[in-house]
Amino acid sequence: MSEESGLTYSVYDTDHMTPAEIYGHVLAQLGEERKDLVALTADLAKSTKIGKFGEKHPERFFNVGIAEQNLFGIAAGLALAGYVPFVSTFAVFASLRAGEQVRTDICYQNLDCKIIATHSGLSFGTAGSTHHCTEDLAVMRSFANMTVVVPADGIETANAVRASLDRPGPLYMRIGRGFEQTVYEKENYDFEIGKAVTMHEGSDITVIACGPCVLQALEAAKELKESQGIEVRVLNMHTIKPIDREAIIEAVNDTRKIITVENHSVIGGLGSAVAEVITEEGKSCRLKRLGIPDVFAIVGQTDDLYNLYKIDAEGITEAVAEMLGKEVEEDDDWEDEL
Amino acid sequence: MALSEKEIGTLNEIAWKIRRSVVQTTQWAGGGHIGGGLSQVEILVALYFHYMKVDPENPQWEDRDRMVLSKGHGGVGLAPVLAEKGFFSSELLKTFNHTGSLFGMHLDRLKVKGLDASTGSLGHGLPIAVGLALGARLKNKDWRTYCIMGDGELAEGSIWEGAMAAAHYKLNNLTGFVDRNMHCIDGCTEDVMSLEPIGEKWTAFGWNVLECDGHDFKALGEKIEKAQQLDDKPTVIICHTVKGKGVDYMEDKPEWHYGGLDTSMAEDALKSIDRMYNKI
Ligand SMILES: Cc1ncc(C[n+]2csc(CCOP(=O)(O)OP(=O)(O)O)c2C)c(N)n1
Repeated sequence: MSEESGLTYSVYDTDHMTPAEIYGHVLAQLGEERKDLVALTADLAKSTKIGKFGEKHPERFFNVGIAEQNLFGIAAGLALAGYVPFVSTFAVFASLRAGEQVRTDICYQNLDCKIIATHSGLSFGTAGSTHHCTEDLAVMRSFANMTVVVPADGIETANAVRASLDRPGPLYMRIGRGFEQTVYEKENYDFEIGKAVTMHEGSDITVIACGPCVLQALEAAKELKESQGIEVRVLNMHTIKPIDREAIIEAVNDTRKIITVENHSVIGGLGSAVAEVITEEGKSCRLKRLGIPDVFAIVGQTDDLYNLYKIDAEGITEAVAEMLGKEVEEDDDWEDEL
Repeated sequence: MALSEKEIGTLNEIAWKIRRSVVQTTQWAGGGHIGGGLSQVEILVALYFHYMKVDPENPQWEDRDRMVLSKGHGGVGLAPVLAEKGFFSSELLKTFNHTGSLFGMHLDRLKVKGLDASTGSLGHGLPIAVGLALGARLKNKDWRTYCIMGDGELAEGSIWEGAMAAAHYKLNNLTGFVDRNMHCIDGCTEDVMSLEPIGEKWTAFGWNVLECDGHDFKALGEKIEKAQQLDDKPTVIICHTVKGKGVDYMEDKPEWHYGGLDTSMAEDALKSIDRMYNKI
C-alpha cells in the first residue's frame, strides 16, 4: 500500500488481479469518495468487472441488458443530470455498435463520461472478428473532445481511472480481456494523462508502444541490450489523444529511428498518431508501424496472434534489427529543423 | 405433415449425438458458450434434419433454405449440427478455437461450410434474415429464412427494428425463434432487463406469435409447420427451453453461460446426456 498517494492498491494486488479486476475495485472505492459517480453496463457486469461497483453501490449501478446504444444514451442523460457515468462494455461494442451515441450524445455535448472498454484489440482472440477490436483507437481519436487512454497494465489502469476524474469531459480507456501481465514494478511513478513514460533509456532507436505491447517492447529492449548492446528507448504512450508531441520529437532527434507497436490496426491508431506528429514537425526519420495489418485477424490464442502479427517481443526485436540495418537518408536539401 | 413417432425418434437420436458433440467441442475449444449451445439443440436439429432444404454437397445451392443464428455465440452448438449434417468432417471440430482454426466461438461464413451468415454481435441476425427473406421474394424464390434469437438478445433495439420491417414487408417466408431459456450473462432476463410480456410485444410488432416447449420435437414440428401456412405475416415461435439442457449440473445455471470443461467434468456431462436419452 502506498498511503501518501492515496492509492489503496499495490503491486501485490496487481500481480493477483487482472487490470479489469483492479479497475472494478478502484471504481468501487472511488464511488465511496464521490457520490456523483454512477456506473453502467450492458449485460457485461461480470465480464468487464464494473459489477464490483454495483455490488458496493447498487443504487448507482445500471445494467441495461444487451443494448449498447441505449447504454450510452442513458449515460449521456445521467451526465446531463449532473452525474459522472463510468460505462463498461467490450471495446467493439463501445466504439462501433454505439459509436454514434458516443460521438453525438457524449462528445458533441462534451459530457463528463468515462468509457472503460474491455476485451480490446485481439485480447479475445478465440472469439473471432465479431469480438476482436482493432479499430477503436482510430474511431475514438477522431471524435472531438475525446481523450483516449491505453494503460499498459493494472497499476496504470488504476492510475488512469483515478486521473480521469480530474479531467472533465469524455474519456475512452481501452483495456484487455484480463490476462495481461504487469509491467510496472511500483505504483508510484509519474502518471499524467498526455505524458509518455520512458520505460527504458536508449539512444539507438525508439520503440513507442501502448497497452500490452509496452511489456513486449520492454522485454525486447532488455534482451537487445544484453545480447547485442543495442540501446532501445521504450516509450509507453499511454495517452493516444492528446498525444505527447514532445516525447515523440525528442525521440526523433535523439534516435532518428522509430517503431510503433500496438494491439490495433496499423491504420488510425498509435502508429498513425505518431506519424502525424513526425510529419507535421518536418522531421527526417525512419518509421515502422507494427500492428494488425489491414485484415480481419484470424481466430486464435492471443499470444499466438501477437506472434503472428509481430507485435510481441520477438516481432519487435526483428523490426529493430531490420531498421538498424538501414540508413536514415541524409539529404543536403533537407531542412531538418523547420 | 406432422412429424411421425418414427421421425421424432430419429430426431431425438440426432439430438443426443449433437448434445454429446457440443460438450466435446467445448472441451476441445478450451471453453465455449455451452449453456445456450445446449438450449438451442432441438430447434437446430428440427430445422437441419427435417424442415430445411439444404444440400451438404452443394452448400451454396441458391434455392436452399437459410438459417441465421442471431445469437451467434451459439456457434459451439451450431458447428456440430453442420458437421453431423455432412457439410464438413466432425474431426475438424477438434480444432475449435485453436489458432488458425476455421472455427472460433462465433462462426465465420467465409470459413464454415453450410453457414449462411457470420454473427456474434447480438442484434444483427434478425435484420440480416429480413434481407434474405426480402431477397427471396425479389428473386421469386421460395426459400424460407429461419432466424434464432436469444432471449437476452431481445434487449437490442435492432431486433425490434428488424421485427418492424419484417411485418411491414409482410415477410411470411420468415420464421423467427426465441430461445427462451430465461438467462443472459448477468442473470435472469427478468432481473437484468425485463422482456415480458414477450408474446404481446411481438404481436404488437405485427408478427404471428406461437409458443411451445423448445425441447419437444412434436410441439416444435407443429409450430414450424403452422408458421409455413400462415400467410400474411412473419411468425415467431417462442421456444421455452432450459439453459444447459441435458447436463444436470449446468441446467438453469447462469454461471454456465460460458465455461470450460476438464476431462472429468466432460465425462460427467456426457453421462448426464446419456441418462437423458436412456442410453445407460
Ligand atoms: C452486441 C453484443 N453485446 C454483448 C455481447 C456479449 N454477449 C455474448 S452472449 C451474451 C448473452 C446472451 O444472452 P441470450 O441472448 O439470452 O443468449 P443465450 O442465453 O441463449 O446464450 C452477451 C451479453 C455480444 N455478443 N454482442
